[in-house]
Amino acid sequence: MIPRLRLQAIQKAFGATRALRGVSLEVASGEVHALIGENGAGKSTLMKILSGAYQADSGTIEFEGQPFAPRNPHHARKCGIAMIYQELTLAPHLSVEENIVLGDEPSKFGWLDTRQRQESVRKALAELHSESIPLEIPVNRLTIAQQQIVEIARALLGQPRVLIMDEPTSSLTSVDTEHLFAVIRRLRERGVSIVYISHFLEECQRVCDRFTVLRDGETVANGDMKSADLNQIIRLMVGRDMSELYPKTPHQPGKPLLEVRSLAGHSKPRSVSLTLREGEIIGIAGLIGSGRTETLRAIFGLDSVSQGEVVIGNKTRTRTSPSRRLREGVGLLSENRKEEGLMLNRSLADNLTATRYGPVATCGFISAARQNRAARDWIQRLDVKAQHPEQRIVELSGGNQQKIAVGRLLHHDARILLLDEPTRGIDVGSKAQIYRLIGELAAQGKAIIFVSSYLPELLGVCDTIAVMCRGVLSAARPVAEWDEHAIIASAIGRGEGDLAA
Amino acid sequence: MNGSRLWQRLLNAAGPILGLVVVLGLFALNPDVRPSVFSGGNFKLILVQTVIVAIGALGMTLIIVSGGIDLSVGSLVAFGTVVGAKLLEAGYSPAVTGLLVILCGAAIGAVNGGMIAGLRLLPFIITLGTMGILRGTAKWIAGNQVVHASETSSLMFLMERKNPSEFLPLPAGVWLALALALLMSVLLQRTVFGRHIFAIGSNEATARLCGVRVQWTKLCTYTVAGAFFGLSGLLQMTRLGEGDPTGAVSLELDIIAAVVIGGASLNGGVGSIWGSVLGALVMAVLRNGLGQTDMGNYLQEIIIGCVIILAVGLDKWRQSRLRAAG
Repeated sequence: MIPRLRLQAIQKAFGATRALRGVSLEVASGEVHALIGENGAGKSTLMKILSGAYQADSGTIEFEGQPFAPRNPHHARKCGIAMIYQELTLAPHLSVEENIVLGDEPSKFGWLDTRQRQESVRKALAELHSESIPLEIPVNRLTIAQQQIVEIARALLGQPRVLIMDEPTSSLTSVDTEHLFAVIRRLRERGVSIVYISHFLEECQRVCDRFTVLRDGETVANGDMKSADLNQIIRLMVGRDMSELYPKTPHQPGKPLLEVRSLAGHSKPRSVSLTLREGEIIGIAGLIGSGRTETLRAIFGLDSVSQGEVVIGNKTRTRTSPSRRLREGVGLLSENRKEEGLMLNRSLADNLTATRYGPVATCGFISAARQNRAARDWIQRLDVKAQHPEQRIVELSGGNQQKIAVGRLLHHDARILLLDEPTRGIDVGSKAQIYRLIGELAAQGKAIIFVSSYLPELLGVCDTIAVMCRGVLSAARPVAEWDEHAIIASAIGRGEGDLAA
Repeated sequence: MNGSRLWQRLLNAAGPILGLVVVLGLFALNPDVRPSVFSGGNFKLILVQTVIVAIGALGMTLIIVSGGIDLSVGSLVAFGTVVGAKLLEAGYSPAVTGLLVILCGAAIGAVNGGMIAGLRLLPFIITLGTMGILRGTAKWIAGNQVVHASETSSLMFLMERKNPSEFLPLPAGVWLALALALLMSVLLQRTVFGRHIFAIGSNEATARLCGVRVQWTKLCTYTVAGAFFGLSGLLQMTRLGEGDPTGAVSLELDIIAAVVIGGASLNGGVGSIWGSVLGALVMAVLRNGLGQTDMGNYLQEIIIGCVIILAVGLDKWRQSRLRAAG
């Protein structure tokens, strides 16, 4: 039987960098195929070639047995290959309906054909069992999960036979992920082939039929996903033995550092109480939109507080500002690396030292040499892959950018670290390094709040876990008392032991 | 590694210098203009003509790096000339007058900055408003006519060209501008205040996250810049010997052009003091040189417009090449 898609010996170089050195990939019709690899392994380059954004230097692509060379993304889409990017590409102010038909508006003599538009949009959403999404409202008022459905609907409009999904679950909660998987299964039943790119191997195993592993621009393995050994796959991806994904550094909770009492913001959170001790890692789970991020921001003084108290050390100072919190030794890692976490067009050194110039300045005058020396030190200690401290941070990969963002808290020497989705969208190798770092920080007596939507990492890294549901945080319980099922149950408000105030 | 960094720095500095060389080179090619452009006395004239735009550009660089813009500069300069002339008329000493005009600029800058920071409104709109308000107030104070500065003699030294056919001695205003440029480049590159301006322009959300007092820093930025615009007004008055409420129209656009030719980005987060000073020089050389050709005024304006677009376009292209190479 002819495979839907067959790529052989694809090569692509950018200047001196050989991004792809010989990639082969075969996807059958109606198959969900996991494409696995660390950041920088060449997955996105490969997908950009497949979707027409780049042209391969050498190698062959066959699409349903015919040689295929997409000239541009529009051409690829017309031929039946559609791509859904990790960063959603919707126009925020346009309506759901307008977004779905964008670029392909049904028209008669240049006039929009609104009736046909509505009909095809309804049909696309119905296929996804998402008729509940209203058509007229601007997409920026939808949740991330709904926006993704809109994006998929847009891809479906072109009747694709191959759908490429890049990290589709990276910003989804467990419940939304389940919904997405149901959608993927329905598409598979209709014979659509799906190339599924993800760092979440457990998810790949659940939804994918086969896998291909890329490393350093080469295909290193492929096989059946269901029966695959995940540790083996990780070894293939990383090319070295990963002793353990969640390394445990022994640490012992000490005296309380941060106490939050019935904290409420203006809309979220509604009630948060917790006590964080030296050398303790508290995990906060919950659905996106449940108020986890807002809780961290309220503690840090970025969002205003309407009720409750925040006690740090012995001082109660609830209404405050980030600059004062930083002086008190509190650091916040933003969930939104690109829009809030980093100054993308500034250098690594500037980003690392932005909260604390003291060690790199004399009498208020900053020394570039000392700033670079400090940055070089962190680059080495955090194993950041960068050329030099004055490199602009936008040139780094996601994992390395995140290490710099975490490095800023370390340079600041924060003793209370509020980490909001610290591993979102970064590769397994960097994730493992960040987990190890969190453990080491706790061992040094730092106190950490770890917000995440990815339950295995919460269960692997934290000492205690509390669950946020509709703005209310449950009591923190030791991690041994939790499993994924119990966390999800609490997150959707069905937990039995919710001791929320 | 170090080589590529040096190369990058050189390239960054080279942009505006290259612009200056090209502009001078074009005038050198024309035998009619060459002798009159390339003379010590004319270079002195160019420098004097640069001073007012350059000092304004020092303030504007801070604002543009912070991601803002100030459209009220031309009006503020005219307002400054009128206030200065009126103060002299009222018998204040030149030193006190000078100080008051600069303070007046700072105060107006603070009002601009205060509204931008306090009301969280767009700088473009706020300063568009103050542009009209200041122009009107200047005309009102001046009674709709030019105010003759009765006694500018002891301020005259700032812009006076002694020995006009020789390059030296340069008037004090040129040295003042150079000294201020040095001061501001240290402020912008080496102090925490300067880094905070860059941080706000690069990404305001990150700046807030990093504990920068964003609104306060903006207020300070517009206030400092306002002092520079006031100084520009003072120099304008001493140069012309009068306060003209209808003068310096669209001076802000010349200043913005100088800053942008100097490599700054209107999106904020990018820019340098020396680039802006060179940008001001490029504008002055262009005007001076074109003024000495026999082409019509309208052609000069067209050429200057093209040069601005060309300079910024080249810069964009250079940056993207740099990025691709890095």
